[in-house]
Amino acid sequence: MTRYILGRFAQALGVLWAAYTVTFAVLYLLPSDPIALQLGAAGIETDKLTPAELHTAKARFGLDRPILEQYFSDLWGFLRGDLGESIAKQQSVASLIGDRLAPTLSLSLAAAVVALLAGTALAYLASYVRWRPARLVLTRLPSFGASFPQFFIALVLIQFLSFNLGLLPATGIRGWKSLVMPTITISILVASQLAAVLMRSFDDTLSQPYIVTARAKGLSRAAVQWHHGLRNALLPATTILGVLVGLTVTSSIIAETVFSRNGIGKLAQEAVLAQDVPVVLAIVTLAAAIFVVVNLVVDLLYPLLDPRIVQGQRKEVTI
Amino acid sequence: MTQDALASAAVAGPAGSAAPAGGSAVPGSSVLGGSAEPGSAVPAGPLVTVTDLEVGYVRRRRTVPAVRGVSLTIARGETVALVGESGSGKSTIANTLIGLLPDNARVTGGTVTFDLGGGSGDGGGGNSGRDSGDGDGDGGGARRVEVVGARERVLRGLRGRVVSLVPQDPMVGLNPTRRIGAQVAESIRLRGVNGDQVRAEVLEFLTQAGIDDPELRARQYPHELSGGLRQRVLIAIALAGRPQMIIADEPTSALDVTVQRRILDHLEGLVRESGISLLIITHDLAVAADRSDRVLVLQDGSIVEQGVPGRILVNPEQEYTRRLIAAAPGLAHGGRIVPRLVLRPDEVTTPDPVILLENLTKRYPLPGRQSGSFLALDDVSLQVARGRTHALVGESGSGKTTALRLALGLEKATSGRVLLDGVDITDQGWRQTRPLRRKVQLVHQNPFASLDPRFSIGRSIIEPLASFGIGDRRSRRARAVELLDQVALPASYLDRLPAELSGGQRQRVAIARSLALEPEVVLLDEPVSALDVSVQEQILALLRDLQERLGLSYLFISHDLSIVAQISHTVTVLNRGKVAESGAVAEVFGSPRSEYTRELIEAIPGQRSAALSAGAGVPVHA
Repeated sequence: MTRYILGRFAQALGVLWAAYTVTFAVLYLLPSDPIALQLGAAGIETDKLTPAELHTAKARFGLDRPILEQYFSDLWGFLRGDLGESIAKQQSVASLIGDRLAPTLSLSLAAAVVALLAGTALAYLASYVRWRPARLVLTRLPSFGASFPQFFIALVLIQFLSFNLGLLPATGIRGWKSLVMPTITISILVASQLAAVLMRSFDDTLSQPYIVTARAKGLSRAAVQWHHGLRNALLPATTILGVLVGLTVTSSIIAETVFSRNGIGKLAQEAVLAQDVPVVLAIVTLAAAIFVVVNLVVDLLYPLLDPRIVQGQRKEVTI
Repeated sequence: MTQDALASAAVAGPAGSAAPAGGSAVPGSSVLGGSAEPGSAVPAGPLVTVTDLEVGYVRRRRTVPAVRGVSLTIARGETVALVGESGSGKSTIANTLIGLLPDNARVTGGTVTFDLGGGSGDGGGGNSGRDSGDGDGDGGGARRVEVVGARERVLRGLRGRVVSLVPQDPMVGLNPTRRIGAQVAESIRLRGVNGDQVRAEVLEFLTQAGIDDPELRARQYPHELSGGLRQRVLIAIALAGRPQMIIADEPTSALDVTVQRRILDHLEGLVRESGISLLIITHDLAVAADRSDRVLVLQDGSIVEQGVPGRILVNPEQEYTRRLIAAAPGLAHGGRIVPRLVLRPDEVTTPDPVILLENLTKRYPLPGRQSGSFLALDDVSLQVARGRTHALVGESGSGKTTALRLALGLEKATSGRVLLDGVDITDQGWRQTRPLRRKVQLVHQNPFASLDPRFSIGRSIIEPLASFGIGDRRSRRARAVELLDQVALPASYLDRLPAELSGGQRQRVAIARSLALEPEVVLLDEPVSALDVSVQEQILALLRDLQERLGLSYLFISHDLSIVAQISHTVTVLNRGKVAESGAVAEVFGSPRSEYTRELIEAIPGQRSAALSAGAGVPVHA
């Protein structure tokens, strides 16, 4: 088992390194002049500089070194936790992200938890309800929820809950109340996607022969679904959990923009607009790290959910 | 209403009709099984009475009838077998009894009544309080429960505690994510048992079902158990509700013959001892006749014939019953396995076999451990002669499938050689062997899984032609029509989807596909074991016919010796990766030298009843 976990950790680190490298390559090997771009971000116009001034400017941001040297020194910095310096804001990237991390994390976490519970509950209910009209409505909800753009949901929420009813603050970060609307905005999409997958999974699971065995024991339908349906239906859905958390992170960029929350999402948006390469690089790597950690957690939880998985390998059914 | 009369006559005294000489199958003796409910007054009437039952399935807003006016009774302690082909309505009747019809099923007429007698129904005592406390709505007093139209609460009261179910396929009948013990415990808790008593009873029922080391098994998950053990767990679950009747739905068709025999013996002993009624649902008249007091033959949703096995086998009234008897190889020749194809001793080996396996050994490393390996094949040699059928026989885990995979070149042997048409393919790569691959084709065990559900039949059949780039669209289509004709299917099937075909028809399609490239050898991996006995016979006849017309050679893999006898010239019996015996079928089956072969032969169902009818001096089947 420890060997399996160590292997998964090594794999996770590999993915993280690959994400960093690809982002680095994309940002630095773009067909434009990366140096002019970055100096431009710092407010320096390269055209008007003398060669000597250009050289000092480059040296200030470490841009005069060969590309490979930059790559390795930046990578080494990342490994030690030094994320470099923002060119536009003249501030260390680590402290920039550190300042904005808490609101984004709390939003993503809240949205992920709400989406997970709501999506599971919806699918559970949809497969439990026998009354056809109710069942029809419940099974159509996911595609309905997934078909609204998030900014539209956000605007509708602001219109009703803030402007018309005055219940919640429209923008900013002020305690839990300001967390409600962005959380709803994100989790409607994520929950819909999860529910759509889970509904199919419940359908499959509840038509399995062992469900007949359970019902033949005399268990109620509720008991059968709870004890024999839920866990087996969740198994296939765990594989998309990583994707859904990724969706939560990207959705937070939209939510933070609409609700004017000063988080990582907003920082990312600003950094891309200002072409602030070190910040973009750090944020992309951070997003990849979150993604990798979630998938790692899912992989480690999987054997606990499914006893057939031993040491990370599915036991082959002999034909 | 002749069925009514038949049914009641059968209840009144099945022994009244021709009492067979055998004795063990005489129903009277088992009905007496008085140890069932000691002390309590056993009601005289039958446990279940089904009258004029009509059930249909709603398809496209129309109700298609599946059960048409069936009347039957099952007495306390009686074992009844419902026999019929797929679609005859036998499973629908069983599902009606236990109240587990699918959502689209409608009971359009008739009644199904359980007579639970006056007292508590269970012979175990101790927990009898739960029955009256459960309040089925009709109060105490007369304990008659009507199933048709009953509410879910009432049905739930019946399930497990009055009727329980041993489902068809043990591999998928248990929840894969719960421990065995917990799954058995559920049935026990439903009787109102609590605390430490539950654990004690779990072990008790597992032991009763014939499971060694129940403490260990209770902690394990289903995937850690063999098919036979899982079937025993399902039996333990069925027993755990202390039911008065058990429905066994094709209880063993998914298992090896020897395992099947042991489990049926055990189940039979259990119900005889405890006075539980048993309803066996099967497509195999041999199993039904061997195991039951009374056989009901179903055709198209109606009972066409019923009676004690001796009478049905010796003197069948219906053509349909005669067909079922003929289809069961174990019944056909008074229980003896008579090979259809006989070879002279000098014909057994051939200098020029189309497939030759020489001293094959295959070792698989065991997962997780550094050392240790599993020896799947141990020095196995065999040959398939041109134009003949060689059978590879053995139980699960005997190495049959490994040998097949090696012969196909899908896996590399640890040592030994594989010769295809005289060419050594042992150390050749995929690319070199690809031309040879045209000569060898495979037909899978399960026709429900081996055809792509989204491919039309025509597309499935011409796929091998397309992958080898043979012909153009028109010539391929013409070839597909020709192939369909060879397997006796009309050309109109080309555009159908597999879902529209029956199991037998699908297997015909799979055979047609395997013939597309005009192979010399077809590897048949249990090609009929997923099919009804009557359909099995048709497919075997088709295979024999194709062999004669096209000069095909077959390597036929099976665990069922009675089927092997129908099609093979020569046979190799595998036991745990080693060759137990090999030679001409007539010789190996006629005078088996190995104990293992003898065991396999004895396990073929139908012999008990066949011997019985043979004893009566009446030839069962001309």
